Order: sequence, then C-alpha cells, then structure tokens
Amino acid sequence: MNLEQRFKNAAPKVEFCSLRFVEETHEGLGIRQDVVQPVRTYTDAGVMITVIDRGGIGYAATPDLSESSLREAAGRARDWAHRTADRCVTDFSKIPMPHLQGNYRTPEVEPWESVPLKDKIDLLREESKTMQTDDKIVDWDASISYGTRHCLYLTTDGGQVDQTFRFIVPAMSVTANEGSDSVTRSLGGRGYCRQGGFEVLDTVGFRGTGVELADEALQLLVAPNCPTGEMDIVLAPDQMILQIHESIGHPLELDRILGDERNYAGRSFVTLDMFGSYRYGSDLLNITYDPSRDYQFATYRFDDEGAPAERAHLIEDGILVRALGGVISQARAGVPGVANSRANSWDRPPIDRMANVNLEPGDQSLDELISRVENGVYMKTNVSWSIDDSRNKFQFGCEWGQRIENGKLTNLVQKPNYRGVSATFWRSLAGVGNEDSFEVLGTPNCGKGEPSQVARAGHAAPACLFQNVSVFGGE
Amino acid sequence: MQEYFYEIARTLDGLIAGNEVYLAAMSGEESDFIRLNGNKVRQAGTTKQCNVGIDLIEGDRVAGTSVTLSGEPAIDEVRLATAFVKLRETLPHVPADPYLSYATEVLSTETVGEDRLPSSANMLDELQSGAEGMDAVGLIASGAIHAGFANSLGQRNWFSSHSFNVDWSLYHEADKAVKSGYAGFEWEAGEFARRIAESRERLAILKRPSRTIDPGEYRVYLTPAALSEFLGTIGWAGFGMKARQTKQSSLIRMIEDGATLDPRILLRENTGEGVGRNFDFNGFQKPDEVRLIDGGKIADALVSVRSAKEYGVPSNGADDWESPSSLDMAGGELPLGKVLEELGTGVYVSNLWYMNYSDPSACRMTGMTRFATLWVEDGKIIAPLNVMRFDESAYRVLGENLVDLTREREFIVDSESYGGRSTQSVRVPGALVDKFRFTL
Repeated sequence: MNLEQRFKNAAPKVEFCSLRFVEETHEGLGIRQDVVQPVRTYTDAGVMITVIDRGGIGYAATPDLSESSLREAAGRARDWAHRTADRCVTDFSKIPMPHLQGNYRTPEVEPWESVPLKDKIDLLREESKTMQTDDKIVDWDASISYGTRHCLYLTTDGGQVDQTFRFIVPAMSVTANEGSDSVTRSLGGRGYCRQGGFEVLDTVGFRGTGVELADEALQLLVAPNCPTGEMDIVLAPDQMILQIHESIGHPLELDRILGDERNYAGRSFVTLDMFGSYRYGSDLLNITYDPSRDYQFATYRFDDEGAPAERAHLIEDGILVRALGGVISQARAGVPGVANSRANSWDRPPIDRMANVNLEPGDQSLDELISRVENGVYMKTNVSWSIDDSRNKFQFGCEWGQRIENGKLTNLVQKPNYRGVSATFWRSLAGVGNEDSFEVLGTPNCGKGEPSQVARAGHAAPACLFQNVSVFGGE
Repeated sequence: MQEYFYEIARTLDGLIAGNEVYLAAMSGEESDFIRLNGNKVRQAGTTKQCNVGIDLIEGDRVAGTSVTLSGEPAIDEVRLATAFVKLRETLPHVPADPYLSYATEVLSTETVGEDRLPSSANMLDELQSGAEGMDAVGLIASGAIHAGFANSLGQRNWFSSHSFNVDWSLYHEADKAVKSGYAGFEWEAGEFARRIAESRERLAILKRPSRTIDPGEYRVYLTPAALSEFLGTIGWAGFGMKARQTKQSSLIRMIEDGATLDPRILLRENTGEGVGRNFDFNGFQKPDEVRLIDGGKIADALVSVRSAKEYGVPSNGADDWESPSSLDMAGGELPLGKVLEELGTGVYVSNLWYMNYSDPSACRMTGMTRFATLWVEDGKIIAPLNVMRFDESAYRVLGENLVDLTREREFIVDSESYGGRSTQSVRVPGALVDKFRFTL
C-alpha cells in the first residue's frame, strides 16, 4: 500500500489534515591540504502530520511510515489541536488552506550520479594542488556538497504536491598567514550554491579558481587595513546577497512582523501599515520574490503548505509593496504575501522563509559604477554579518577590499567593514549594475525558528553603489 | 531506546565481514515543542527522530553514511543492510585516509537519566497562567534526548536524559523585553513561578521612557547571559587545535605573540559538570576538564581524534568541530548584590546578540545589545536604553578593561535545537568592564 493510501486510512475526521513526507539525501566530498576527507552520505526521511480542528493546530512527526505509526501521529496532532484550541494566536479553522495538485523537479543537464566518484575526487584534487603557491599559504580546502530533497505533500481534501529538488554547494578557501595576521579568500563564501546537476560547477567557475584565490590571499596579506571614514562603497554580488538577506529578506518576513520570532531570531522594524506606501530605498531599488528562476537555490512551485509560488515584487521603485509570508501569516496579518511557508525537514513545522529574494538589475556596468566614486572602497565576498533584532543596525565585513580613488580601482585593503541602518541605507543606493554583473547566488544556512531550523535561501543581484557609508578596517 | 540501539549494534555486528570495522553513532530524541506569541500558542507538536551514523573502515580507508531509524526492526534492518552495501561499493574508490583514528581499546559506559518530567501540557498551563495578561513569547521544549556509540570491537556507550528547556521573553513594546529561561530535569512549579514573577518585576523598569546614548566608551556590566554570547563567539574557532595549527584561531595573538588576557581569566571545557554526553563519536572518552585559558594565558586546545593524528598530539575527546560544549569560566570577587553600586554610571547589558568577528586576528567582535539594556546612574537603574551596536576585542573586554567578574555564576543550558535539542551549556559569571566601545 502506498503512502497516499496509508495516509487516507490513518487520517482522523477533522477539519483539515495534511501529511508532508520529506526524504533528503546528501553526499559530501572534500579535500583539505591535498588530503581527501572521508566521503560521507546522509539520508533522512520521515513525515509530519498537521491537524487543524476546533480552531487549534497541532503536528506530530515520525520516521516510521507504517499505517499504525501514521495513525498514532495523526492522533497526537489532533490532540495538540484540541488541547490548544481556545488558546491559539488565531482561529486556525477560519483560514482556508490550499488543496492543490502539482509537481516540480529541478532541471539538470548532468546528473550528479552520472559522474563517477573517482572523477569528482580527481576534480577536487586538481584544484587543491594548485592552491599552495607559497609557504605563506597555511590552509586550503575544496568541497562539494550535493543533495536531493523529495517532498510529497498531501491533504485529506485532495491536495497532492510532489516536488524533487537537487542542490549543489561548491566551496573553496585559501588562508595565508604571516605572524599573527591571517587572511582567507573563498569562492563567494558558500554563496555559489544552486539547484541543478554537476554542470553547475562550470557555471559558477569552480574549475581553476583555487590558484586565483591563493594569489588573492597573498595579495591581501600584505595589504594595509581598510581606511576609516564616511565614503562610497561598491558591493559585489557576493556581498550584496547578505545585505539583501539580512536587511530586506528578514525584515519582510511576516512571522517576524507578527512577533512569532521575537524570542529568538527577532522582530522587524517593518510594521503592517507600511505596505503600499513606505519608502524602503531609492527609486533604483526593485526587489522580487522569484521562485521561478531555474537553477536558483530556493526555486520551487509550491511551498510546504501547498500554496502555489509565483514571482512578485516586494519593493517596487523603492516602495514596499508586499510581505514574505505564507497562507497562515497572510490571514493573520491581513496583508498580501507570497508562498514561502517552508520547513527545513520533516520534523520541523513550516514557518515564513524568504526563499529567492532578488535585486533586479539596473542599467550601469561595474566600470560605470566605479567611475562615479571619488573616494571609496569596492568590497567582495561576505565574511562577517551582524544585525540587530529589529533588522536595522547592521555591520558587515568582506574578504576583499579595493580602494576606489577618482573613479578608478587602486590598491587592495584588508578587512573592509561597513555599518549602517537598514531604514536609511537602502535610500543611499545610487547605482545598480546591469546584467553583466548580475549573479545568481544564495545561502545554504539561514537559521531561524523555535524549534530551530536551517533553510536554503536564494539571492541574485548585480553590483551596487551606495553613497556616504561608514567604512572601517581591522586593527 | 538504549536496548534498541544495542539491537541495532548487534545487527551491524552481523553485517561486517573480514577485517572490516564499523563505528556507529546514534542521535535521537522524542520532544514536544510548544511555541507561543502573545501568550498564545502559535504551533504545538511532537517529534520523534533518530538517526545512526555509520563509518565502515577497512585498513586505512573509511566511508561513512547516516540513515534514519524508524524504530521498526524489520525496516531498520533493511536500511542498515542497504547502507552497508553502498559503503562497501564506495570504499574501493576512496583513497587511504592518513588521519583516520578510532578507539581500539574497549571502554563501555552508560549514563541513563530518569524521566521525572511532567507533561508539556502542564508546563504550558503554568506558563500561560503565570504570564496572564502579558505578552509572552517563546518555546517550551521537553522530552527525551539519546546518544549512543557502538563499534565492532564490542564497545557500547550510551547517554540519555529527560529534560525541559522553557525559553521565554516578556515584552513591553517594540524591542523592549525581559528574557528568561528555566531548564532542567525536574520541574519545580514554585521555582518556575518565581522566575516568571521576577520577569514581570523586571519588565516594570522597561515601561519607563527609553533613552538613546551616543556611540563611545562606557562602563558596562555584562550579565552571565551577555558574557556567554561573547565567549561563545570566541568558541567558534578560538580553542580548537586545527584552528591553532592553521593560524585561523581568533586567539592567534595569544598563540603567536604571547598576548594575554587578565590573569583572573580561567576558561575550561568542563565536561564533568555539563549536561551532554561524555564520549565522542569515535569511541573516545572526554576528560572531565580541559583548561583552555589559565591565568589569562593560552593553555590547552580542544583536540579531536583527527587533529590528534594530523598534528601528532594527544586527543582530548573533542568533537570534530573542536568547540566547547560545556564552557566554564571561573568567577571573580564581585558580589552580585554590589554590581549596580560598582557599575556606578554606565550600561547594564542583560543580553548580547548576533555576534560576529570584525577582525578575527585581533579577536575583535561586533554585536548588538538586546532585550533589557539599562542606563544606570550612581548605582541606580534610570531607564531602558535603545539597542546599541558594539565593536570590541577580547583583549580589551577580558584584558586591560576588565574590572571584575562576579563571584556568583549562572548555569545556562543552550535552548537551540538545530537538528535536535542541544545539550550544550555554559557556566559563567557576569563581568564589569570599563571603556566598552559602542559604535552605532
């Protein structure tokens, strides 16, 4: 008997009951200092049953997929719904839940499994052996993590969504040291994460990057510290993704605005009355929620509550127009949202997650952006991030800094950092790069939620110019 | 669960052949999670999860996998057998691992915690009634946590505990809140009620008009919760042998240049008094304590078995990531009751938040104040402060600008549950610090 039938037999008679099956497999390959690390795989599978009844909501998760186990889990979920029925944040029975049918599968050209293990290890070896170009290189590594996630979402009213995602996370880093000073260069942090197959490695330029990173680390090692002062900055896409993630993505998540996250990940300076009128940034700021971009890390057709995912503007010409919140949060908040109720595994309930949040390209080349800066710094590759619990006062650090003087890139600087306030920072956006500097990136490890969850988020952005920013370096 | 894990180990014993060795590490839990906002339930549920990681070793080659255990023997036996087939297929394709290391001396242990927990529904009743009329936000987590190790040499290690961790904030408005927690193995309704009442009392201060201070240097008191954030960030990569050897430790100036902290600083990995397992997943026991900073000077590193092999030093049972799990900082001379008086005029920091390095080589970190940060004048609390960003180095906060540490220490159990409920903890004092740099 298949899972659908077992669920049908096990589901209790309640107003709403869903089953979410998730099976996730991973393979991790790595090399460090030319030594291949142990090859490890990982499989995790189970189901969560959610019940809404008498106004309450409850869930139960189990790795046992037998009918008796599903029945027991459904009973527990129903008990939680009844036990909490008159003490919930909202009357969940009044929220119409989706019951749609559909499917999705990540497109891939060269499936991961079609490439022999030896070839993958050889690829890592090739990169690794190019990295130690100097005695000052004290550590170097390269890795590829590959995962498949199969999700089946069923409701007792006929909803059936079947989605399979294929994720790849390449990473590489080189550390150079002299005395008590060390600097690290990496392949965009772990920002070059994508959906797709083995072909992604070529798309993101994995091959041949090791030697470049080593060279850059050695250059940075002898560079002076980034200067301190108020100046213009041009941020590369692999820094923009964190800037977008922390000071646009999270503040727009409805569960934060509704206060669910206040004890852990925090709240938001954004309030419900701002949607439709608040000036978030300059006219150049256009932010979309885009679950439809092939190969982006958080592309999907339905969220984990079965809602259909469609591209939408969150910020249009600088004005805040839409929140990042799923069906339940939209009903609670009374503002438009998107399909982004997501869970990181079968044993965690869905919460509002930003998914693919992108800054749409403008019309200036990187050279044009730089030519507009009299005194500033070009920063690449996020290495440090911190922001307050309302998502306002932030500070970011980058691996790579290069002075911009009189419209030209000049000498390198170490440990470039900058700080600002979200509510005003985006209004200082003075230039947006065109498609030439636009990159599709993401982050594989966004932490949030009680109980805690790690989610995948996608971010695409061009290089951007910001004016009059507080910049500083190391000591 | 213990007996089931041993049954799994017997199954694995039957699967190995020839000179193969297996290492099996199990993690699991049965937990209730109840999430609240506005003193009302947002999500409530139960999760049961269990997985076993298996390393199959033949000579100096190793391949690993991890599978979910359903709890049904017939199903799990098939999963384990399938996993073994795949591991055997993989082994010939992986090169020899020069840093492979595992326990060959059999040392079996067990720590079995008693289940003395009330139902989590009772905890919810007590929280909701205690916080009636208040804006309570947080999580009740409760249930059993298991960990086990087994190998084909016959070693068996087991750890289980039944614990709760109630982590909540009472909000006044916007970002003004009092953060509290109650964690343990035996629920005492009176103690929980006392903590809720204390939170209510502290919340009253936050109803005063808030103030904003200019960036600059201030005398501050960091509560144990705030100081634990600071120490936790150092713990990311500060204390491990690999970080030390690859020059990536944030304490590199202590290691390379002989820089020191205040001589009163004693930091230990205190496994003996922690709440987690006392064995690693290669079959080695963790010592009761490892001195990390002693007399303000760098001392021992946390050494995993892999680092031990790579760098030719003895392991001290650290997990692969070489971060503390039971960090312990010695107290000082300042009685808790005199904190406000000794602070005089300055900032009382209840919580720090979202820390990260702004200059790792200088062990300089940035972060935010959060929840109840208070302005104090002449030893009296005057007003809540709006959140401030700081940028400070360990060498100043725990070195030249450290005034004193409190005599009393707090035991804080980690409330996070990434992948499973944490068994990490810290035992730390509060710290009175001069010239603490707020930047934004």
